[in-house]
Amino acid sequence: MHGFLHPRPFRRNMEKDMQRHLLAAGLLTIANAALAETPVLTVLTYDSFTSDWGPGPAIEKAFEATCGCDLRLVPAGDGAALLARVQLEGAGSEADVVLGLDTSLTAAAAATGLFAPHGLTPATDLPVDFADPLFLPYDWGWFAFVHDRTRVPEPPTSFAALAASDLKIVIQDPRSSTPGLGLLMWVKAAHGDRAAEIWTGLADNVVTVTPGWSEAYGLFLEGEADMVLSYTTSPAYHLIAEGDDSKAAALFEEGHYMQIEVAGKLAATDQPELADRFLAFMLTDAFQSAIPRTNWMYPAVTPAAGLPEGFDAFRPATSLLLTPAEAQAARDPALAEWQAALAR
Amino acid sequence: MSRARFRRRDLPALLLAGLLLALVLAPLLAVGWRGAGVSFGPADWAAVRFSATQALLSSLFSTLLAIPVARALARRRFPGRTALIALMGAPFLLPAVVAVLGLLAVFGRAGILNQTLIALGLPPVSIYGLHGVVLAHVFLNLPLATRMILQGWQSIPAERIRLAQSLGFTPRETFRHLEAPMLREVLPGVALIVLVICLTSFAVVLTLGGGPAATTIELAIYQAVRFEFDLSRAAGLAGVQLALGGLAALAAWVLARPAGFGAGLDRALRLEAPPGWRHGLDVLALSLTALFLVLPLFAVVLRGLPGLADLPAPVLPAAARSVSVALASALLATTAALSLALLAARRQSLWAEAAATLPLATSGLVLGTGLFLLIQPFAPPMVLALPVTVLVNVALSLPYLFRILLPEARALHADHGRLADSLDLQGWPRLRWLVLPRLARPLGFGAGIAAALSMGDLGVIALFAGERQATLPLVVSQLAGAYRTEAAAAAALVLVALSFALFWACDAGGRRAAS
Repeated sequence: MHGFLHPRPFRRNMEKDMQRHLLAAGLLTIANAALAETPVLTVLTYDSFTSDWGPGPAIEKAFEATCGCDLRLVPAGDGAALLARVQLEGAGSEADVVLGLDTSLTAAAAATGLFAPHGLTPATDLPVDFADPLFLPYDWGWFAFVHDRTRVPEPPTSFAALAASDLKIVIQDPRSSTPGLGLLMWVKAAHGDRAAEIWTGLADNVVTVTPGWSEAYGLFLEGEADMVLSYTTSPAYHLIAEGDDSKAAALFEEGHYMQIEVAGKLAATDQPELADRFLAFMLTDAFQSAIPRTNWMYPAVTPAAGLPEGFDAFRPATSLLLTPAEAQAARDPALAEWQAALAR
Repeated sequence: MSRARFRRRDLPALLLAGLLLALVLAPLLAVGWRGAGVSFGPADWAAVRFSATQALLSSLFSTLLAIPVARALARRRFPGRTALIALMGAPFLLPAVVAVLGLLAVFGRAGILNQTLIALGLPPVSIYGLHGVVLAHVFLNLPLATRMILQGWQSIPAERIRLAQSLGFTPRETFRHLEAPMLREVLPGVALIVLVICLTSFAVVLTLGGGPAATTIELAIYQAVRFEFDLSRAAGLAGVQLALGGLAALAAWVLARPAGFGAGLDRALRLEAPPGWRHGLDVLALSLTALFLVLPLFAVVLRGLPGLADLPAPVLPAAARSVSVALASALLATTAALSLALLAARRQSLWAEAAATLPLATSGLVLGTGLFLLIQPFAPPMVLALPVTVLVNVALSLPYLFRILLPEARALHADHGRLADSLDLQGWPRLRWLVLPRLARPLGFGAGIAAALSMGDLGVIALFAGERQATLPLVVSQLAGAYRTEAAAAAALVLVALSFALFWACDAGGRRAAS
């Protein structure tokens, strides 16, 4: 980047100059020159990871303290936009690591041929077996319908019960949002061939379908719906950050579909070793302990200090997950069923 | 206005029109280039049909309802009139998600309307569906349409009004001889601009549409790019959207007729305000509109207030960044639109009209993706985030400015063009002494719209966002994505307040300069 800004001879002169007049050279210049020498690791991720309220700042600080490098977290829109961005950039990408895909997208990501094996076999605390040669999990969660205990004292315990109730729900569009796609996979994984039937039953419960998670959650908080598709850990946010224990996640008998968020190294990276170090760092305490209170998901490896309060409040007995290949194969038919059932 | 032959002074504006068309078409081609063959399924055609239907209905209602409101504003004087006219800028500037939440506070399941209905023992009504989409689009666009039509009323020369008065015209005759020709000139442009905005509307349609039956072209494009990475389908869909916008522009071009009032001496005179039931009707139109606009706006303010006390730190630098982007965009867009409008006034230029309309009909996602593909081989796109934002803002706000300026630029040319030409008043002096003073009002209004629109820039430039360059809309969406609903509402209020302040400053400046 700095080579790009200053022609080389100029920079060499500047460095010579600095050696002679080190004291005279301003702090800024030193920092600048130091940056130019430091290797840069570029991690492409979703917006909310890099924001001041996401895990980004803490993780950047922790990794830079040990790597002797400059970690750049580059936001690329939301989770669903990430893979498209990687494909757009192709082999010419500046990025070294992509962080934030989920298992609904990894089959398509693997098929691009842009990712390289990570070569690690770490032990994780995921409730299911997950091993992928290209992608390492860094956090995960269970999708769930979140509600307000005071307004819905007896939440439904299955999709069938939800469909039979007159509760109103707000969900996300599977064509623009990863939780929306996750719900499609949830119904498919839990009910297989009966998925279309479930959706037909749910049609009159759906108030509306939003483009992304934040719009849906906002509508729910405004009282537009009794329940919203979110995560079992969402109530923990309200408990920890707002001291509000009225939010709860409804546990369904058929089990809950998981979202596993993963990162992978790009084959075209010019910093392969640094990228490997980052992926290994990703599963250490310094990274993992930042996850629960910023991303509000379960860390892939439970930190030594344990999980914050509220994270154990809603633990489904059964975890559902389609393999990446199954998820990819299921997507188009599931989408068609969903559209047919709701587009009345 | 016959078709003038090519003249050298038209060259810059023609080049500008070419550049704009290139900015619209090059990204589309760049995206289409990466894919192989387009095939549309029935779902795609359903999306095209729904987009067109909701846009037509939204445009029809916004434009028709704006006529009585604009007329009442033009012929009545009452305390708070200036404030109401200024307020007309506000809904249009709301970010889609903020506007939706404001509307839901009134029309939603837990909104004022349904609470009242339930309290009265009546069944609640649902806002979700095609009617909700149209309602939201009317909320967003009726004020803009009203302002544009009001501009038309104010441009009827005082001499014609006085003549009508001395001839003892009834309100009906005034309508036939003065108002109808003015509407004939102004309405096609107003309807066009609203139609094209609604054609590409995304979050509003999706959130209030109620389900996949309300699928727009833009959503189909999202799906094609993000989950299927089918770029040729995305480009094809964007092409269809552009073609619909082009068709609408052509229709407006055919339908619009210059009113041909002739020049006046610029004395301010308003139409006679007829008493009786017409007075009642005007009062009704104004009160209903004010209520319809103020209640959701009030809800937006109420939602934002609690979080204002501890606004997150990144909000201020992001706001500063957004304001500077907005000012730069507004300045460039105003200059470009003025030059195009003057060109279109001098010669019947379909070329200029198309160039000044099509940017609105482009898909934001395809425009962003295409620019990314075009820039990436030469420079890291992140480095160019702010310049690209300004460029895109200019292209997207120019159509509004152009529509606002065009009728008055035409009148200016018809009334004063020949005299100025015979005096050889050209270049900067012509601009300084003729054009700027006479177009001050629409220029101020248009620049205000452009500045405010440029405050909200999400979507198109998401691909270019780098480290620590967040603009205010991005910070709002980051807060909302991190459960921080209250802070997001407060930051959104700051965004809306800044947009409105920019709009108001330009608009009031223009009005002051004109009077």
